[in-house]
Amino acid sequence: MRILQKGFVAGPLLGALWALVMAVTVSVAMSFATGEGFRPGLWGSLVMGALAGAVLLAPARKDWLAAGLTLLGALWVLSGVIAPIHRAEGAGLGATVVAGLIFGAALAFPLARILAGIRPGVLSRHEFEEAVIRFLTGFGYLFFTAIVIIPFYVMVMTSMKSQQQLMLNPLDFTIDLSRGWHLFDSYVQLFEKFNFGRYLWTSFYVSVLTVALTLLFSVPGAYAVARLRFRGQKLFSRGILLIYMVPMIVLALPIYIAYSMVGLRNSILGVVMIYPVTTIPVALYMLQGYFRGLPVEVEEAGLMDGLSRLKVIWKITLPLALPALASVGLYVFMIAWNEFLLAFMLLDDPNKFTLTRGIASLNSSEIPRQHLMAGAVIATVPIMALFLGLERFMTRGLTAGAVKG
Amino acid sequence: MTEISPPKGRGALARREARLAWGLLLPTITIVALVVIVPLLAIFWISAKPVKLGDLRPAEMRLRVTLRDRGDVPQLEYRVINPSRDQVIHKAGFTDTLPQGVTLTGDLPQGCALSGQVLNCDFGDLEPAYNERFRIDAQVSGDVKAAEQAVRDTEPTLRGSADNVLTNATFTLENFTKLFDSGEFWSVFGVTLFYTVFGTLGALVVGLFAAMLLNKSFRGQGILRGLYLFPYVAPVIAVAFTWITLFDPFSGSANALLVQMGVSQGAINFFGQKPLALIMVTLFEVWRYFPLSFLFILARMQSIDSDMYEAADMDGASPFQKFWYLSLPQLLGILSVLFLLRFIWTFNKFDDIFLLTGGNAGTRTLTVNVYEQAFAVSNIGAGAAVAVVVFGCLLVFSALFFRTMSREEGL
Repeated sequence: MRILQKGFVAGPLLGALWALVMAVTVSVAMSFATGEGFRPGLWGSLVMGALAGAVLLAPARKDWLAAGLTLLGALWVLSGVIAPIHRAEGAGLGATVVAGLIFGAALAFPLARILAGIRPGVLSRHEFEEAVIRFLTGFGYLFFTAIVIIPFYVMVMTSMKSQQQLMLNPLDFTIDLSRGWHLFDSYVQLFEKFNFGRYLWTSFYVSVLTVALTLLFSVPGAYAVARLRFRGQKLFSRGILLIYMVPMIVLALPIYIAYSMVGLRNSILGVVMIYPVTTIPVALYMLQGYFRGLPVEVEEAGLMDGLSRLKVIWKITLPLALPALASVGLYVFMIAWNEFLLAFMLLDDPNKFTLTRGIASLNSSEIPRQHLMAGAVIATVPIMALFLGLERFMTRGLTAGAVKG
Repeated sequence: MTEISPPKGRGALARREARLAWGLLLPTITIVALVVIVPLLAIFWISAKPVKLGDLRPAEMRLRVTLRDRGDVPQLEYRVINPSRDQVIHKAGFTDTLPQGVTLTGDLPQGCALSGQVLNCDFGDLEPAYNERFRIDAQVSGDVKAAEQAVRDTEPTLRGSADNVLTNATFTLENFTKLFDSGEFWSVFGVTLFYTVFGTLGALVVGLFAAMLLNKSFRGQGILRGLYLFPYVAPVIAVAFTWITLFDPFSGSANALLVQMGVSQGAINFFGQKPLALIMVTLFEVWRYFPLSFLFILARMQSIDSDMYEAADMDGASPFQKFWYLSLPQLLGILSVLFLLRFIWTFNKFDDIFLLTGGNAGTRTLTVNVYEQAFAVSNIGAGAAVAVVVFGCLLVFSALFFRTMSREEGL
């Protein structure tokens, strides 16, 4: 560790690592943006990064140094001799220059920030570790944003392509805007030929009914467990958690058998009967936690003033718990909307599909991939919109539930 | 002198409160019992039964009645069928009312009796795949075609019932012995453990990293936090199919990228190769559930008192030291609770693997095996046996969980 804590070692080392990260990032980004294959060069980027790390230690204006390094990087990429980024076969000069400039800038300017305050000589532990942390932070933001955005972008992009475009060049991440409204052909097809309007509606009202039934059953139960003293209270609150952990597939099998015998398979009624039961334990668990956190004095005051327990719940506790009800409701809505296993097992009739079941039916070799992805987008957009709009509630709902996956 | 002491036993108020509590809990208990406890008992019951998917519908006798006007004498034909290949139908029989204008003149088959226009037949037990025609001479007055139609339209009432494997008293341990004897079980168990342990740990570590990134306020922090939750909030079916599209061996972008970059020579079948598929499925699990652990860890981090860090700063602790000696011990509680909870839920996970690989290419976990046995192999009993094993594991884990939970008290 000691040897690392010298500026002239730490600087080039961090620089080389950052250059490697940037070379990979920029090549991937440029490949997707142009459809040509740019690829990172290991030795080129290591050398370039080490050089940049060393230069940025100099006691001069950092932004001038960084600008110079950007130019150097661009020229290096263009020259193609052990370059940090290898130019793609068939890639135009323009694209290569752009790739080089982006690489140079993405290397030099953040690196100047990372190495701020690092001198060539011996560093204190503080200075060294802070530089490492700045490096890790930059890397982290990049990494997480990439792994989240790329799949969702692929989903949207694929749904807007035509079959030939998909086969032609899988690297091409651009959306051909000149097609205008034809970009949405897959969506139109889904709504016109595959009944997705109906599935959307089914999913919606099944989810809303689930939320309503879940709250109806879990509010009194959660209140009793949280507030009232009775024998077996502790056992009960553990039992809730235990039931919350029972795997759905274990229950799905007997439910399937029972439904086959009773004739409830293939009916929305059957699904609406079963969904709330899978969510009631979660809701109970979340709500009892919230009820415990409410000040007991307010309720006691109500009791002293002559309200009955039920009136207290109705007039005092529930209005106070409204935010919790909202987040639990949202969370339950999300579970019901995303539910796949039970819908898949219990529904066979295309007229009664929920959205997730409808998408599962699109997964066949006869139906083009972009339809499947369009279906995925249709299922994702409403829940995302709801989530982003009410993120505050949602986050609270999620953290309160300890949460089932 | 009266002694003052706290009241012994439970007073009227306490009793009333308990009564109200049970009253409030009753609907919930009933419905949960109906849909959780009863199925759980059912799964134990079924696991000890030789049930196949086809046995869910018990066999029923089939009967076809036709009037044939062959040559000189018209005949009434009853065709009696037992469609099942392995079940006996007990006390089979039927009652049929003949239409006006049709009278039976020939000999009645054994077990049949005619009173007026009502024909009553009893055949006793019908062997599996029983298929027999009974022809009785008849006399038709009036229009023959109309009579044929009328005979076809009669609705005889059928009797007889087959044994239902689900409710009779045959029990067997065969499902379990077969399950444990096949070498497959232990490989499935190993796959489940790999998936669970690495999926859980991965999600936890990645989540911790993400939480540390966001544990400072800056502009756009809210946006990033919302963005990082996407994988968890989106429907599993949508993201699973997106991953399949992204990693498709023929038209997937990931493969094209790797080939272009010179990392791999040809297309890699990410979800179809033996060790790789399991790794990919585990990565998917990490990707999908890191938001959850990140959310919890972040919530805990933000509640840590900042005084401690200020004191550490005064004492000259470096950032890594602060993390190692201050933050991590504070987070240990939530980390262990999260680990156990996620462990249990990853162990129970079904949808993800089912959608990504269908349990092929060495990714079959116990839960996927339940489905495979019950529906792909059509052996409900075997599926139930696997489910019982899954449930047993769950009980062990939750015992561990509650022990840790009461020690940590948190969450």
